[in-house]
Amino acid sequence: MSDVLHPHIKLPDGSIEKQTTTLNLGPTHPATHGVFQNILELDGERIVSAEPTVGYIHRAFEKLAERRPLYQITPLTDRLNYCSSPINNMGWHLTCEKLLDVKTPKRVDYLRIIIMELARIADHLICNSIVGVDTGAYTGFLYVMQYRELIYEIYEEVCGSRLTTNIGRIGGFERNFTNTAFEKLEKFLKEYPKVLQEFENLFTRNRIFMERTIACGPISAERALNYGFTGPNLRAAGVDYDVRVHSPYSSYEDFQFEIPVGTTGDCYDRYLVRNQEMWQSLSILEQAYKKVQEFKGAEAEVYHADAPEYYLPEKQDVYTKMEALIWHFKIIMGETEIPKGEVYHSVEGANGELGFYLISDGGRTPYRLHFRRPCFIYYQAYPEIVKGAMLSDAIVTLSSLNLIAGEMDA
Amino acid sequence: MLTNEQIKNKLIEKFGDVLTDFSEPYGMLTFEAPKDLNLKVMQFLYDDAELGFQFLTDLQAVHYPHDKGRELAVVYHLHNLKDNVRIRFKVFTSIEQPDVFTATKLYEAANWMERETYDFFGVNFIGHPNLKRVLNVDEMDYFPMRKEFPLEDQTRVDKDDEMFGRGGSFN
Repeated sequence: MSDVLHPHIKLPDGSIEKQTTTLNLGPTHPATHGVFQNILELDGERIVSAEPTVGYIHRAFEKLAERRPLYQITPLTDRLNYCSSPINNMGWHLTCEKLLDVKTPKRVDYLRIIIMELARIADHLICNSIVGVDTGAYTGFLYVMQYRELIYEIYEEVCGSRLTTNIGRIGGFERNFTNTAFEKLEKFLKEYPKVLQEFENLFTRNRIFMERTIACGPISAERALNYGFTGPNLRAAGVDYDVRVHSPYSSYEDFQFEIPVGTTGDCYDRYLVRNQEMWQSLSILEQAYKKVQEFKGAEAEVYHADAPEYYLPEKQDVYTKMEALIWHFKIIMGETEIPKGEVYHSVEGANGELGFYLISDGGRTPYRLHFRRPCFIYYQAYPEIVKGAMLSDAIVTLSSLNLIAGEMDA
Repeated sequence: MLTNEQIKNKLIEKFGDVLTDFSEPYGMLTFEAPKDLNLKVMQFLYDDAELGFQFLTDLQAVHYPHDKGRELAVVYHLHNLKDNVRIRFKVFTSIEQPDVFTATKLYEAANWMERETYDFFGVNFIGHPNLKRVLNVDEMDYFPMRKEFPLEDQTRVDKDDEMFGRGGSFN
């Protein structure tokens, strides 16, 4: 029939008889917030099946890491979940410190916690406000951006960069926090609760937002566990698993905070869990800042561990002391041998358990390094979650799962 | 509270001496299982009321080219969320016939992890519902994470690649 009417249109055989529509969502589409491709089979506006394709920005980090000394792998980890790079950086440093048996001073741990919790807030802020954007409310997103900006200014003050931070070193930080950094942190702690409260007022009991997110993209606790969910997505389904509590790292055991959990694992629960986690992070930040202020005198100047084999010496010393010069050369040229061993270490990333599995054969670079990227693992549940949902719900679910293409494709 | 010692004893009681190389690097119980038993071991770890390793944290492979007959190791990280214990176990396989049973029946999460492992190391997971490449292009005809594929020599001079500062009008 169509051959007669429109001889110039060539359709695949059987595509007219087929009662469903195939829709290519992505790989570059403004609604997907990253390079994701989904081949959706639609019956009207209902999704019959989804087939996700990943790997569009695969950069072979695991292979690259096999030629790099440990400190050069940190910039690679930046580019995993780039909404919260500092957590990835710290996770990597902690993995190295576990392998190299470096003990960090308490003050370093607390400073790290400050940076990690700021990163968690920045990440959750983006995710939740993007869920708002996808349900048709742009205001919240624009409103909270200036506070993410403030967080980025704090990063900038500590390490000099904003997005891909490369923050910290094995054993501590590259330099001590400046007064400006602490002033900005104080400003953040003072102003942010009001902003977060207002953000919640905008969304939490908003009729349209609730209608769009409640019962949208739900997953049960059993399925979530079976699919390897971690982080806020698992907690929204009702499982109180948090690496910060289960296997505390970087002195998280010194802090008091709650693990918020949801019940249904739908987009609304995920939103609530993330918001609640931001409040908890704020409380951790306040505790950590107080603890940092308690260090007096020489203790307040400590910002790295005593690990000369891995921590770069002061530039002043490099020019004047023989030993410092040798260490400097060995570290920069990557000529330090890593002890033999295999270690798995994980941290609570902003979207789940971020793990590093590092095998060293005694050489200068890792023999094998594997990143456990939480969103690569839970993205495989996406077809099951969106099956039977409307197309617009699939978009909300995609952003509500907090999928970051950089992390997924490593 | 479940200790590494208890897990080890339970495993030995069930499987005898086929499980080897027990060790505890950095506190995590690690052992090796024969590759045709990997599913049985996992099922036991999953089902046993006391063990209950029902969460698959991670799955990946390692290539040891000089270990003849057991070049590829598939490494499983399992987690018991109730008692908060992690264990790791490995199965070794030859590179000529890299067949390992799939864990997808037990853990849905293993699906893409195994696809990734196949993608980079060529481990053939028997029974996998959809074993094809996940991150690399489908047309690729080699397994890039194997050790016989070194990264490019950074000092090579024969490559003319102006945009990356090699050759071209810059030199």
